[in-house]
Amino acid sequence: MAWTRKVLRVNLTEGTCKPEPLNMEWATLYLGQRGLASKYLISEIDPKINALSPENKLIMTTGPLTGTPASTGGRYSVVTKSPLTGTIACSNSGGFIGAEIKMAGWDMIIFEGKSPKPVYLFLENDKPELRDASFIWGQSAWEADKLIRQKHQDPLIRIATVGRSAEQGCLFAGVINDLHRAAGRSGVGTVMASKNLKAVVVRGTKGVANIKDPKAFMEAVRKGKEVLHNNAVTGQGLPQYGTQVLMNVINEVGAMPTRNWREVHFEGAHKISGEAMHEPRASDNKPNLVTNAACFSCTIACGRISTIDKEHYTIVNKPQYWGASGGLEYEAAWALGSDTGVDDLDALTYANFLCNEDGMDPISFGATVAAAMELYQEGVLTTEQTGGLELKFGSAEALTTLAELTAKGEGFGKDIGLGSKRLCEKYGRPELSMTVKGQEFPAYDARGIQGIGLAYATSNRGACHLRGYTIASEVMGIPVKTDPLHTEGKAGLVKAFQDATAVVDSAGICVFTTFAWSLEDIQPQIAAACEGDWSMEKLVTMGERVWNMEREFNLAAGLSAKDDTLPPRLLKEPANTGPAQGRVNELDKMLPEYYQLRGWNAEGVPTSETRQRLSLG
Amino acid sequence: MQKSLHINPAKCTGCLQCEMACSYENEGVFNPSKSRIKVFNFEHEGRFVPYTCTQCAEAWCLHACPVEAIRVNRGTGAKEVLTSLCVGCKVCTIACPFGTVNYSQETGKVVKCDLCGGDPKCAEACPTQAITYVDANWTGLDKMRAWAAKTGTSHAA
Repeated sequence: MAWTRKVLRVNLTEGTCKPEPLNMEWATLYLGQRGLASKYLISEIDPKINALSPENKLIMTTGPLTGTPASTGGRYSVVTKSPLTGTIACSNSGGFIGAEIKMAGWDMIIFEGKSPKPVYLFLENDKPELRDASFIWGQSAWEADKLIRQKHQDPLIRIATVGRSAEQGCLFAGVINDLHRAAGRSGVGTVMASKNLKAVVVRGTKGVANIKDPKAFMEAVRKGKEVLHNNAVTGQGLPQYGTQVLMNVINEVGAMPTRNWREVHFEGAHKISGEAMHEPRASDNKPNLVTNAACFSCTIACGRISTIDKEHYTIVNKPQYWGASGGLEYEAAWALGSDTGVDDLDALTYANFLCNEDGMDPISFGATVAAAMELYQEGVLTTEQTGGLELKFGSAEALTTLAELTAKGEGFGKDIGLGSKRLCEKYGRPELSMTVKGQEFPAYDARGIQGIGLAYATSNRGACHLRGYTIASEVMGIPVKTDPLHTEGKAGLVKAFQDATAVVDSAGICVFTTFAWSLEDIQPQIAAACEGDWSMEKLVTMGERVWNMEREFNLAAGLSAKDDTLPPRLLKEPANTGPAQGRVNELDKMLPEYYQLRGWNAEGVPTSETRQRLSLG
Repeated sequence: MQKSLHINPAKCTGCLQCEMACSYENEGVFNPSKSRIKVFNFEHEGRFVPYTCTQCAEAWCLHACPVEAIRVNRGTGAKEVLTSLCVGCKVCTIACPFGTVNYSQETGKVVKCDLCGGDPKCAEACPTQAITYVDANWTGLDKMRAWAAKTGTSHAA
């Protein structure tokens, strides 16, 4: 077994922490992390509840490979009902706290209820304790991290915390761990703050001693590491440029969403690309990028550690931002940059620092700023509503000021904190919101890349690239190249990616491994680590089971086939330049086939045969 | 030929593969807190540094031990702790100028790197070659090579 078989249940209303055995029957059906914690959540909450009410629960969860040397085996997830989308939310993060939770002896922590006053969980191996958080409430995630370290005087604790944005009700706040890794999407941090839970502080010294067959496991791990090392993407591209390796690539394909998706090409992309992060700047001759950095156990190390030019207007008088910290990933560089039309690398890095410091999802934040800029350009928003800010596309100052305001929940930042959907609805132009199920899109235009449009439309947590990354196939040719402009075969492709990703997310490893690994590389690692039968066939079915279970939660929450759609801009306004010129996303050609392949009826509901086949009780 | 662990912090990404390999080899568990090599993360400088015993020729830990529980392995040059003799007095942890001998509360003995008997698992597990196991007489070879490469003589007329 690679599970600790222990769950910590924290009742915040009553202030109690109780251990309970992991439901092993469920573990053999759902493996761990995303799958298993979702099963717990779905069994314990009414899907119709308000996500920000005490009835919602928040689960921090590890997978069976979390804490092991399996490459990238450091992932943990935060599972809850999303306040942004109303769907089930599972937000995944690397860094080091996932492994620490496991090494403290726990598979997952379930938070329920709401504390009468701000608290944090201090978890030292078997000793969980809720402590008074009044000294960190109202502080940024970075400041809270610092104050907690000062208080505990233990350099080896790991900390996950919410920032001020979450406390202020920003609907896309994440949970920040290890200063700049984040369970970033779907507002899971907002739920955490709504429970008056400021932080989770962990010290685990028990290790992961319960691998089924350590010898076979180490051999499988060694092989896996070798495959990653020898692959051009995971062995060279990602270590050198991070995910930012994609900026110029996607721009060339004609699928770079620009200025709130009005265009598909950004003329400033090269200035904010992975390559640009390596170039020395004029003032001090140092590049933006200091080094690449790994999460726990990761042999890829795509993480960026960056500095901002000390003479840049954003930080010239703010020494607290002069040091190195988490730099731009592709999604952040796109949302903060291309989508708003801003090509100032230092301004983007500063906005990214602020997103980390106060726990804002940079995708949703940047995309919401982009929507506000279009509202401003359309004359719907004026300086009267924005507090004097001129929200012009391309204005670095507007972007960085809004980052400061949204982080603290002040001024027009309060409106940005609503997210793009609610913002555009509030000002009477819902069609300008580039969202699915209320969640902002990631960085690939669905007119130039057809399959990803279907993946967005059907994603169980709203628009998302991490639920079925068809870009791997449609752009990079992994595992086979499919034409990004064609719709044929995309329904099957999307389903296969969605199911496989559910396996990866449930195991406790990172989806970036799948640039090099297929399930054939992953299966031996799971099989050697976990008790029971984990054949390929069983894993694939497990992934499909997870997908259908999440779908059923959403249907019960009140969503329907009507929500499996894209904004009118992607369905009716053709791309204006590049290879996709003249094309819209042809979702209507792919969706019925997708339902059929899934074993769902025309209303998008799993049939009883499908439910039976997947043992969905 | 005696070999040395050689560390190049510039190549370290902070993934802790070395710590897990060390703890698995020596304690049978995947547990960084039991590792004899430690990676330090200097957050605001963006720097990671793996750090372990240098196996000093005149090892102060060895000389300080009052019960002669630290002995030289003639094959590898490693200074090894004989746990059967160690009384847990911690004098060696004070004597070591680098802090790489550590006390284990669990066993009441000290622990330190023993080069895994000549096949150090940390070096094997490191994905970036930040930790290598090289000829002890040439621990500076990489740095020499890097500096030598900067002479630019190939461009001289």
